[in-house]
This record gives sequence, structure tokens and C-alpha cells, in this order.
Amino acid sequence: MAYDYEKSIRPGKLPHIWCPGCGHGIVMKGLIRAMDSCGLEKNNTALVSGIGCASRLPGYVDMCTLHTAHGRAAAFATGVKMAKPEMTVICLGGDGDGTAIGGNHFIHACRRNIDMTYVIMNNFIYGMTGGQFSPCTPTGMKASTTPYGNPDPTFDISKLAIGAGATFVARTTAFHATQIDKLIAEGIKHKGMAVIEVLDDCPTTYGRRNKFRSVVDMMKKLKENAVPVQAASKMTAEQLQGKFLTGVLYKEDKPEYIEQYAKVIAKAQGQAS
Amino acid sequence: MAKKVALLQGNEACAHGALYAGAKFFGGYPITPSTEVAEVLSIELPKVGGKFIQMEDEIAAMASIIGASLTGAKVITATSGPGVSLKQELIGYACIAEVPCVIINVMRGGPSTGMPTGPGQSDVMQARWGTHGDHAAIALVPASCQEIFTETVRAFNLAEKYRMPVQVLYDEIVGHMRERIVFPEPGELEVIDRAKPTVPPEQYKPYDTSFGDVPPLAAFGSEYRFHVTGLNKAQDGFPTTKAEYVDAEERRQISKVENEKARADIESNEEYLTEDAEVLIFAYGSTSRSARYAVNELRKEGIKAGLFRPITLWPFPEKRVALLGKQVKAIIVPEMNLGQMNLEVERVVKGTCPVISIGRVDGEPLNPGQIIAQVKEVK
Repeated sequence: MAYDYEKSIRPGKLPHIWCPGCGHGIVMKGLIRAMDSCGLEKNNTALVSGIGCASRLPGYVDMCTLHTAHGRAAAFATGVKMAKPEMTVICLGGDGDGTAIGGNHFIHACRRNIDMTYVIMNNFIYGMTGGQFSPCTPTGMKASTTPYGNPDPTFDISKLAIGAGATFVARTTAFHATQIDKLIAEGIKHKGMAVIEVLDDCPTTYGRRNKFRSVVDMMKKLKENAVPVQAASKMTAEQLQGKFLTGVLYKEDKPEYIEQYAKVIAKAQGQAS
Repeated sequence: MAKKVALLQGNEACAHGALYAGAKFFGGYPITPSTEVAEVLSIELPKVGGKFIQMEDEIAAMASIIGASLTGAKVITATSGPGVSLKQELIGYACIAEVPCVIINVMRGGPSTGMPTGPGQSDVMQARWGTHGDHAAIALVPASCQEIFTETVRAFNLAEKYRMPVQVLYDEIVGHMRERIVFPEPGELEVIDRAKPTVPPEQYKPYDTSFGDVPPLAAFGSEYRFHVTGLNKAQDGFPTTKAEYVDAEERRQISKVENEKARADIESNEEYLTEDAEVLIFAYGSTSRSARYAVNELRKEGIKAGLFRPITLWPFPEKRVALLGKQVKAIIVPEMNLGQMNLEVERVVKGTCPVISIGRVDGEPLNPGQIIAQVKEVK
């Protein structure tokens, strides 16, 4: 029987704003399946996003949803989680939102290892504003503001998250639809900051400027360049050239922020007369 | 039983006022001259089961308190002018999404880094207009340590009652001055909590005006589920570009503060010897203390000076100031900036009397001598 997404979608809020061929819808479906498989309660789950195409996602899903300002999702979410630790908090957004204007909030949420899950949809571009280059646009590629090819080096979001202190980091792509929900579910269950980077496609503002003839071409590229971490260990550096790793890239048990602050409360109250 | 008395700095009094009001969450970023507010709350909040977090920057601090407020907590942040400059983005968010929060601004000079350890009153217009788009503003300007305590409590009350950000502005002099504080007993000062919805969850709309200009706000994690956005939205909280909704919502969010009933509730002023005054001094914060001294000295010399001291700066006490403008020969506006409130006084008196600015921005307090000299000049 086909999976019933309707029960998780807000009545009357579809159709979504995403273009035909956009990968965000695939991620939304994966997220819904993941939340369902974890048994999350609607009243006890907050979806927090920033600004951009990907950040419109929470509006469609029937949970406690907070569509914040550009880049600020992780900082708002930190307030929600701190004030109400019993809630499951999931951040959603794009690569520009999360790593450019929101980069500082992103790395510090990772550093604190606060118990949240951040699903970052990396489509290599600012889609909503019409296709300007982001920190994740590959060097040399075209965007509306890199007409001669992108001169900037790029961020590796997963490496950034690991370096900043996130204790669960995974990567997959919009092509690997069934892996999306598995990794998000694992992230939700992980105690601490979980970052799931989903490489995604934007046919409208990225694909057409970069000679992808169709959405299928973009999906093929995601498929062909994805190397599962297990397979990568048997490959040479040469073979891995131009590829990216998928699956759980990093996992560590480390003190979680809310638990650490609970100790602060206990100490403060022990000292109080 | 004797009341608890302490010698407290203004910033410490602010922190204790926040605790009295029931604050449960502080998100901040270190900045002179406001850091003592954070320091005291980092000690005291966990004692009452509250949360203190030092965020990565000023914007994040503002974001964290809005997020926490949406779970039902009473929230506060403390900063100074440069911090408010950064927070402006999300002050606008709290305005449009109608999220209660208190922002303390211990004022120094500017623009930019200015003189971090010197006093200033240069953020009074920032407090009114500091974010893009049209919006209402509430800003309180206490002038003593005791008043910082009571006005911080009142700031929470107004934030909760009107569902919006409320700023408390005091200059570095009052923030770092130490004075005797009498702690009010629990119940002695009014403490207001936000109105919660009474409708069944499936009927709840976060901007439902059938409950008046200030719709009840549910909490995340309760039985109510809703959507919050910084986009223009309809009463159900979801984005809309329909002209009639956008227009109605924007106007309501301003009129909820500026209608006559709300103004009467929010406005708060002190008048000193204004009944027969011929020259009026309009002063707030530490400057009003110099002005009061000046009035006393001038009265000794037979000069009929009076003081009008706004405690609520925004919304501006338009009616009363306009009336006084018709009574006096001149209004003098001393302030530690180059005439920001002077402009507002001028706007309101509409030329019925001269309005004279005394501005000081050298990092020194505005002293009574300057005010006395100016009054004598117009007399």
C-alpha cells in the first residue's frame, strides 16, 4: 500500500511553491516518513526554518512550525529547545540560508551539540532570489552573479558540521530517496546535534545555466557521483576525484547541551538556600 | 516584616526586576555597559528553573528569545546600542509575528562602537524606528535604580499584554549607578501573563481578531499547533499577499498600541512643578535628574521652571506635551544626543512655543549648569 502522506500535510496548503523537478519535495516526503517512523507527536515537534525555497517546507507540514528570518533557524531553534527540552526540534533550510547568512548560528549549534536535527538541502544555489551563487556553488559553475564562472571555493557542509562539533553527520542526495528518511530518522534518534546534508537539484536556476539538459541529467549526476562511505574505503584518491561520500559520515557520543545545562540548574539549586 | 533592601547597581536592579516579573529565559551576547544584567541572570535564572544562554552573536540572542517565548516562557535580552542595531532585523520579526519579549538597551554613544564605557541617550529614535517597515513601538526610560526594577517588571507586563517586543532604555549612568533598592513583596507589583487561547485547538488561529486587537497566543508544545512566519500573514498565521489582509494586519499591529485606550494604559509620565511653569524642561533618564536639580535652583531665583519626565517614551505623550506647549514660553530638551527627542517635541507642539535642544555627545553627563544657563537665556 502506498504511504499516506496526507495525514502529515496541512489541509489546503498544497500545491507547494517548488518548481517542477525541484528536489525539495523528495526531501519533504523523506522527512515525513522519518518523523513518522520515529513516532514523533505533532504537538511535540517543532520544525524551524530560515528563508529560501527549502525553508518554505514547514508551512506544509502539520507540526509546530516556525518560519524565521534568513539564516536564523538554528538560533531560533536553540531558544525553542532550551525553553522546552521535551520537544523534538528539527531545523530545515538550504545551503545559502544555513552556511552563508546563517553560518555562524549553524557552527555554534554544532559546537554546543544541542539535541536538534538540521536537515540542510544543498542545491548549490540561491534559488528563490533567482540563482545567485552560494557558498556551495561549485567553483567554475555559472550563477546569475557568476556570469564568467564561479571564482569562489566552496564549503563542504558535512565537513564543516564535523569540524564545528556536530556529533552525527550524514549525507545523501535527492536521488537516494529511501536513504533520506533513514538518515533523518537516525539523526532524530541521535542525542546531540545531527546534521543531514541532502544534495539536491535546482533545475530552474542552476541546471539551466549549467548545461543540464533535464532534471534527469541532474539526478544522474547525483547518482553517479555518490559513493557510500563503506565503498569509499576501498577506493583510491584518484577514483574518488569529483565524487562525494554518502551515508553516516560521523557519529560520536559527547555530552549534549540540554543535559549539560540541567547540571547547571542542579548546581545552582543546590547552592540556593 | 521589613522589606528586603539592597544597594544595587541599575543593571542588577534590572535583572532582579526581570526575575520578579517571572522571566524564565535570557539569551544574550556580551556588550558594555549592559553585561551585569546577563551576569546576574546567569546566576539567578537556573535557581528558579529558568534558562540562561550566551549566544554566538546579538542576532542569535534575539532569535533565541523569540524561539523561547513561543514555547510560553517570559523572555529577556540585554544589550547596548550596537547590539540593538544588529537585533533590528528580529525586532521586526517579533513585531510582525507578535511575540512577547523584553529588550534592555543600556545606552552609550554612537554611531558604531563610539565610546563603549561612556553614557549616551542616542538610541531613542532607534527604539522607535529601528527595523524596516511600519510598526508600533513601546519603550520605557527609567531614571533611577528603583525605577529600573519597576519598569523592567512593567516592560514584561506590556510585552505580554500587547504581544510584542518592549524596550527598556537607560543610559550608562543609571545602569552603573548604585542606589538603595526596596524589593517589592510578591504580589505588590502587578505581574501580567499573556492571554492564552480558550477555543478548541482545531479552531485556534494565532491572529484571530475576534478576541480583540491582541489575539491570544498559544505555546509550542501545548495542545495547540500553529504556524509562525515573518511574512505578511492572514489571521490563521499562514502567508498571504492578499491586499485586504495585509493592510488590515499591519494597521491592527500599530493601532493595538496607539489607540487611545492602549495609550492611556501604556503612557507614564512624571511632572514636577509644571502647573505654573513658564519654561518647561523635557528630560528623561539620567538627564532628568540634572533637570530636576536645575528646576529647584531656578525656582530659588524666582524663575518658574518645570520638568516633564516621560517614563514611557514610546508611544510618545503627544497630548500632554502639546497642551504644555500652549502653556509655557519655551520647552527645553536636554539629552545626551544631538536633538533626537527635541524633534519629536517640536513635531507635537506644532510651533505653539519655541523648542530648544541642548545636546551633549562628549561622553560626559549633561549637568544642571547647562540647563540653568539655557533657561535663563530664554527667560
